Amino acid sequence: MRITFQVNGEERSTDVHGAESLLDVLRDRLALPGSKNACEQGECGSCSVVLDGELVCSCLVMAVDADSSTVTTVEGLTDGDHLHPVQEVMLDAGGVQCGFCTPGFVVAAAHLFAADPTPSDDDIMEALAGNVCRCTGYGSILRGLSALAEANRHGGEP
Amino acid sequence: MTTTAPPQTTIRHGIGESVRRPDGVPKVTGNFAFSSDLSATGMLWGATLRSPYPHAEITKLDTAPALAVPGVAAVMTWEDVPGRKTYGLEVADQPVLSDGRVCYWGEPVAIAAAETPEDARAALAAIVVEYDELEPLTDAEEAAAAGETFRTITVRRGDRDVAGAVVVEGEYVVGMQDQAPLGPESGLAIPDDQGGVDLYVATQWSHTDHAQIIASLDKSPDEVRVHLSGIGGAFGAREDVSLQIHLCLLALRTGRPVKMVYDRSESFVGHVHRHPAKLWYRHEATEDGDLVKVTARLLFDGGAYTSSSPAVIGNATYFAVGPYRCDNVSVDGIMVRTNNPPCGAMRGFGAVQACFGHESQMDKLAAALGMDPLDLRQRNALGTGDHMPTTGQLVETPLPTARMIDELRAMPGAPELSAEHPLHLPGGTGLTTDPAHITRGVGYAISIKNLAFSEGFDDYTEVRVVIDAAGVEVHTAAAEVGQGLVTLCQQIARTVLGIENIVVRFDDTSLIGSAGSTSASRQTQMTGGAVEAASRALLADILDAYRADRLDDAGAWHNGELVASLEHIADHGPNERHIRFRHPPTETADENGQGRLHVDFAVAGHRATVDVDRELGLVRVVRIDTVQDVGKVLNPAALVGQVEGGVMQGVGLGMMEELIIEDGIIKNPNFTDYLLPTFADAPEVHARFIEEPSIFGPFGAKGAGEPPAISSTAAVAAAISNAIERRIARVPIRPDDIIGITPKSF
Repeated sequence: MRITFQVNGEERSTDVHGAESLLDVLRDRLALPGSKNACEQGECGSCSVVLDGELVCSCLVMAVDADSSTVTTVEGLTDGDHLHPVQEVMLDAGGVQCGFCTPGFVVAAAHLFAADPTPSDDDIMEALAGNVCRCTGYGSILRGLSALAEANRHGGEP
Repeated sequence: MTTTAPPQTTIRHGIGESVRRPDGVPKVTGNFAFSSDLSATGMLWGATLRSPYPHAEITKLDTAPALAVPGVAAVMTWEDVPGRKTYGLEVADQPVLSDGRVCYWGEPVAIAAAETPEDARAALAAIVVEYDELEPLTDAEEAAAAGETFRTITVRRGDRDVAGAVVVEGEYVVGMQDQAPLGPESGLAIPDDQGGVDLYVATQWSHTDHAQIIASLDKSPDEVRVHLSGIGGAFGAREDVSLQIHLCLLALRTGRPVKMVYDRSESFVGHVHRHPAKLWYRHEATEDGDLVKVTARLLFDGGAYTSSSPAVIGNATYFAVGPYRCDNVSVDGIMVRTNNPPCGAMRGFGAVQACFGHESQMDKLAAALGMDPLDLRQRNALGTGDHMPTTGQLVETPLPTARMIDELRAMPGAPELSAEHPLHLPGGTGLTTDPAHITRGVGYAISIKNLAFSEGFDDYTEVRVVIDAAGVEVHTAAAEVGQGLVTLCQQIARTVLGIENIVVRFDDTSLIGSAGSTSASRQTQMTGGAVEAASRALLADILDAYRADRLDDAGAWHNGELVASLEHIADHGPNERHIRFRHPPTETADENGQGRLHVDFAVAGHRATVDVDRELGLVRVVRIDTVQDVGKVLNPAALVGQVEGGVMQGVGLGMMEELIIEDGIIKNPNFTDYLLPTFADAPEVHARFIEEPSIFGPFGAKGAGEPPAISSTAAVAAAISNAIERRIARVPIRPDDIIGITPKSF
């Protein structure tokens, strides 16, 4: 069948097979490979996208169910060359190593900060507990996001 | 190799700064191309048919029905491998496709290429294959008794008749851990129009892939080019060939680009794992706590094929005693062949299993002596000028074991339990833990490991440093798997040359010689050392040619005057140094396991603080404090990242990460059942570094990737044992072990 939905602010239409996931469609049909395929079981968060305002694992969403929805992927968080603050702090804090989990962390963290610009460390850890990182041990990711929350508390730049 | 010469000038983003990764922006924006993100016009999708049995004879294999499936372009079996039918890192004993007898669950039997992934899977389903099941050999002791071994090593040092006043014995078990890099095995092979092929793949060592590929394809070296594509983590999982040869076979057969991506379940059978091990130890000491004799038997299960198992049992055996002085040592290391999943390289490479054994023993010995566990370790600490307890090798590199123990002891402890947020309780946000049932435990462990390749291996790396009008290009075939070598190469070249604009190019196998594997904690010292050496040589060439005293992004300067622009140097030279860098040679062992087997060593120590819910058997690792011997801190943030990530993998092995194998079959090949630590499991990590410059390596740096993952496991086990006042001799430690209801002995 054919689905039409808003992806990163653009209307996109594509044919999909019944068994395809939203992740498959983003990666293989819409040339948006930023969302990653690490477990395809909803355990690792590497494929995280925002679907109609909700953070979801796109591997667990049937493509047909995304019809008429609004989706934001990691590719949609950058404004031209201007990085999202979450992306900046991930870079500064060394929160990126191999980078395979990074798009998922960026999407999930941006979603958290959109809802609460000043999360506590516990809030950050709980909100990102659905994202697996195999390289960093999470410390650098927490330091980066914690610094962003602190900067937001003071209304300044991180 | 100069390690003491001061940098030419102070430059921005040089050595010692937490410089941002050059690949960081594409990685945070989703634009970085991992091997699984590649595509090409007219591309086919490959898929692999795998054995459903751990041991069987194939009695019928008919691919004709698969070729009739719509969209299928090729189906290939063992008969279609034109060259060597087998491959392997150390011994080519693993069939590219099964030759009629499958020896492990998931062994590749046939491959197909088709227009879509669905068509490729349909092709696999249409292949007619019949098996006669055979009895699998899955017990390591049975395999040892039957002489089914990849390697046995005997270490005999000192007087075997000497005895200590205090004796402790123990048997320990380590489960099978998986590297679980998040990026799945994947690649893209593109045929050229002259019978050759370009392979883009995530690997740890493109040149060893290349050698194995051309042997199986029966091609000359220049007909196949292996390109490093974006690599989503490795940790040892990408040292062996997985889909490399399959992709090239399909691309050459079809004349079209072929892409293959394993899903997670296939990934779990598509790469080797950390060896499960059974360790028996006897430690003997004087009443004062001096180690007199250590006797050990280490039994590792290598699974069905060799992979790097011979080197792994080498490491386990040679580091069996840990960083301690002991003159009388007897170790038998046995690596068996079974029908279990093949095991090979994983971060720590044999030292992890041995460390759990020797550190459990040191705690046991301390208890028997009535000594503080750190005092016992300090009393026996191995240092520079001592001899390795196993191999007898004189330790020439700085080995600050004693200082490390002092600094670890002096680090502040974790604060009291805070139950404000359930995230910090053993039961987590499941709210299962009653804080009244929590007991805190603290445990220590320390480790030693070799750096770079050992046992006489000709270990080298090639680097080419080239001046162009814009700055400098550093060329290497070293795999950047996430660890940050790309940043270090820039920092090293910057600091030496005084030029800020450094670009690192990862060349394919046709453009530069091997960099060796990204493993054994070796790339910082080897490829980093090569960048330093090539940069110093090029700098000397340029300063000499232009009688200059300084170089920067503008060019060469003499007494404050620009005497040659960078563009001029790029055009007229000297503008390039291409070097092959080797570390000082090592030797193979004699029949008693004696010799100068290793070029360099690093020590690390970990203190784990845990909260244990004794009623439910649940654990929260509160904090890991660590001191690591790193030679020189090159990039503080990157180093801390290596330490925190390695600690997490060590904690994972201590707490939860285990592939469950029953009758040769992996029961949990997915992330729902193979548990990886998340933010909810992540301890705080506090790290301190000892900087005593190594005998080789850029600016005195030692490799730092593996030590965090070695003694962290043993420290967690010690802390849990401390909390429950009962030593648990098996990792990962399961709730049943803590409560004491584990049905069998292990």
